[in-house]
Amino acid sequence: MTPAFNLRTLVTVVLIAALLLLPLYTGLSGNRFLLTLFTRIVILALAAVSLNLILGYGGMMSFGHAAYLGIGGYSVGILAHEGISSGFVQWPVALASSALFALVIGALSGRARGVYFIMITLAFAQMAYYLFAGLARYGGDDGLTIYKRSQFVAPIDLSNKTQFYYICLALLFGAMYLVWRIVNSRFGMVIQGARSNDTRMGAIGFPTYRYRLVCFVIAGTLCGLSGALLANHTDFVSPSIMYWTRSGDLIIMVILGGMGTPFGPLIGAVALLALEEVLSGVTEYWQIILGPLLLLVVLFARGGIEGVLTQADAKVRS
Amino acid sequence: MNLFIEQCLNGLQFGLMLFLLAAGLTLVLGIMDMVNLAHGSLYMIGAYFAATFAAWTGSFVVGVVLALGATLLVGMAVEVVVMRRLYGRDHLDHVLATFGLILFFDETVRLIWGPAGLSLPLPAWLSQPVQILPGVNYSAYRLAMIVVTLMVAAFLYVLVMRTRIGMLIRAGASNREMVGALGVNIKLLYTLVFGLGAALAGLAGLMQAPILTVQIGMGENIVILAFVITVIGGIGSIRGALVAALFVGFIDTLGRSYFPDVLRMMFSKDVASTAAPALSSMLIYLLMAIVLVAKPEGLFSAGNR
Amino acid sequence: MSEPLLRVQNLAKRFGGIVATDDLSLDVAAGQLHALIGPNGAGKTTLIAQLSGQLMPNAGRIRFAGADITTLPMYKRSRLGLARSFQITSLFLDLSVLDNVALAVQAHAGHSFHFWRDARAEAELREPARAALARTGLSARADQLASALSHGEHRLLELAMALAGTPRMLLLDEPMAGLGPEESARMVEMLRALKGEVTILLVEHDMEAVFALASRITVLVYGRVIASGAPDDIRNNAAVREAYLGESEAAHA
Repeated sequence: MTPAFNLRTLVTVVLIAALLLLPLYTGLSGNRFLLTLFTRIVILALAAVSLNLILGYGGMMSFGHAAYLGIGGYSVGILAHEGISSGFVQWPVALASSALFALVIGALSGRARGVYFIMITLAFAQMAYYLFAGLARYGGDDGLTIYKRSQFVAPIDLSNKTQFYYICLALLFGAMYLVWRIVNSRFGMVIQGARSNDTRMGAIGFPTYRYRLVCFVIAGTLCGLSGALLANHTDFVSPSIMYWTRSGDLIIMVILGGMGTPFGPLIGAVALLALEEVLSGVTEYWQIILGPLLLLVVLFARGGIEGVLTQADAKVRS
Repeated sequence: MNLFIEQCLNGLQFGLMLFLLAAGLTLVLGIMDMVNLAHGSLYMIGAYFAATFAAWTGSFVVGVVLALGATLLVGMAVEVVVMRRLYGRDHLDHVLATFGLILFFDETVRLIWGPAGLSLPLPAWLSQPVQILPGVNYSAYRLAMIVVTLMVAAFLYVLVMRTRIGMLIRAGASNREMVGALGVNIKLLYTLVFGLGAALAGLAGLMQAPILTVQIGMGENIVILAFVITVIGGIGSIRGALVAALFVGFIDTLGRSYFPDVLRMMFSKDVASTAAPALSSMLIYLLMAIVLVAKPEGLFSAGNR
Repeated sequence: MSEPLLRVQNLAKRFGGIVATDDLSLDVAAGQLHALIGPNGAGKTTLIAQLSGQLMPNAGRIRFAGADITTLPMYKRSRLGLARSFQITSLFLDLSVLDNVALAVQAHAGHSFHFWRDARAEAELREPARAALARTGLSARADQLASALSHGEHRLLELAMALAGTPRMLLLDEPMAGLGPEESARMVEMLRALKGEVTILLVEHDMEAVFALASRITVLVYGRVIASGAPDDIRNNAAVREAYLGESEAAHA
């Protein structure tokens, strides 16, 4: 007996519709805070999408992904501080420096597996953290205020909150589509095969190292874009954005939403950040709930929310 | 010259403290193949327990002993409740689950003790300087720390090299399945090893409490360093952890002392004072990168698993 | 007299104190089905690992199609036409059966730095994959996850993947491991059909299959070759009977 709808698709469609219509609602209700919150969610969802590419599809447990948020953010911040506010300069620099950093880390950690890979990526991200914390000129530990958002040509105005939200949303959907195409291309098949069984990939004739490296660079670059957006959103950048525990937050989003699924990272970002907001209204100590919740997800719901929805659909169908 | 000796001793003391932390980590990682990010939380809990018990009982030593016992218990409880369900799973599962534990412990500590942090004052007999060489004074407490840690290191050596349990630990570090096949009560062994690691972490935490800090998040800062040391030294190797920890301790301490002067010669005071600690931290990660590229299993790896 | 397709000369491999491969020399002529037999621990899988590039020998040379491949990495040997199947099933369990084989095809279809086109829609990859599945009788399972297959079907999938890259030579490591009598017979027929088309080095314990298929047999004990020749010669060889076949016959009785 086939159901009239598929729960998983329904949830996805509703979510996308809600995201598209959100500014209408906040405009009408006057709830500006909600727009700010969801801009942040969308930006971090982009970061989660980039992490999902290497973690979900590629099986590469990078615990240093938040470093790119910092690199992208500081590219904008440092250039702005030095008087260069043009987005046409800042954003390419953000992307290029993220790509370069990813290239170096990826090359050095490429042969490592398992816990060693986790440790190397984590350590390099910490290195970046200390690097930026040591730059007195750019605020060091205290961070750097950005007085002017990235400038593009009129009519693009990033300080217009609604416009900025839609730009972020467009970039998010664009990134999701890009990742979708990459993952299903020949390149993506190699990445997925390497995740599934790297030895076999070598045996059938694939030099997987180079493909994983390129994948790593693509993910880092996308996350750098997220960092540039985040810096604009908060008008501020500080080293704390790349502290290793922030990488943990990103991983939680990907796992919670559903690793290796196209909409998982978005669902995870919404779920985590919305949950944060709701729970912190209930109690100041909401992370006490988040900790064990994460544990339970790891133990019993490894497929995340997407996994739960898929199972629910399968049950209804049978 | 006095300053240099003092800094060297500080480096030794810091390195030994890091060794305590890394030793527990490398044992757990080596024997149980368990990536425990929450190791730093046990370090934090040891410090908090010590500060609290010392304040309650009015005695530093009693507080320390009670704190050690309490941290051991917490460690064993964590093993039984959480870790047991994670054995044999993907390392990513370990990372995520123990990350969740970090969040839980941080918030629980904040709930019980508040966000402000604590202090652990030293008793009079430990806060005086001691003359170790003619004309050279050194803090009695730091000296005590060095002595205690060396004793613990010696104890660990005897435990691992000369006792039956130690033999099981060494065997388990190089071949887990065999140890299980030999009919050893693996569950109990694991609980004990994890408890030992927790106690070591707690000891490290409470020892540095009077001189550094007792606050939420102190675990996150130091646990990465402990992992770096574990990786450099070789997973499962206590000897490797000692060598790597001492190395890192010296580099970090001497770097923080002398880098500012070196940099001040080239840059402004402002830049130098912010850049120096950053540089010495970065140096450690650079060291790890070099070791991993040159010898991926670490300097003293315990053999194939 | 042309050089054999595979020529192994004085290969040696040590693991600490253990000698896994001991001055081993072996030739496989093109088109032959050459079987490698020996008791457990004889070093058969170690040899396959060195031939495929998973392990590097301590001494000796391996020549394939006239080229020295002794230190060539695994993926390059595969590109040269030397394919391998695994004794312990090594598949992409979370991908579909067709995806598994298509990957094997893709490995031989140029580089894979194509980021946009849907690989699952490429006939260049899917057609040869379906052909390989058809050959091994797995067409019906094409769209199922590899993890859903039975053990016997896994062994067939192993073979399909090895075939998908149109190799010149197959290194088959116990393709019949764990198969029941019916499935074994199916596999034997499959291999018989492949004879002549592809050169095969077959490692197997199933003596019936070995004597049914092989044109030449080499016997390995403790990493060294104790006999090599036509099946009848091997069957009647005293040293072989003592070391290996004697035990095996008792087991079959």
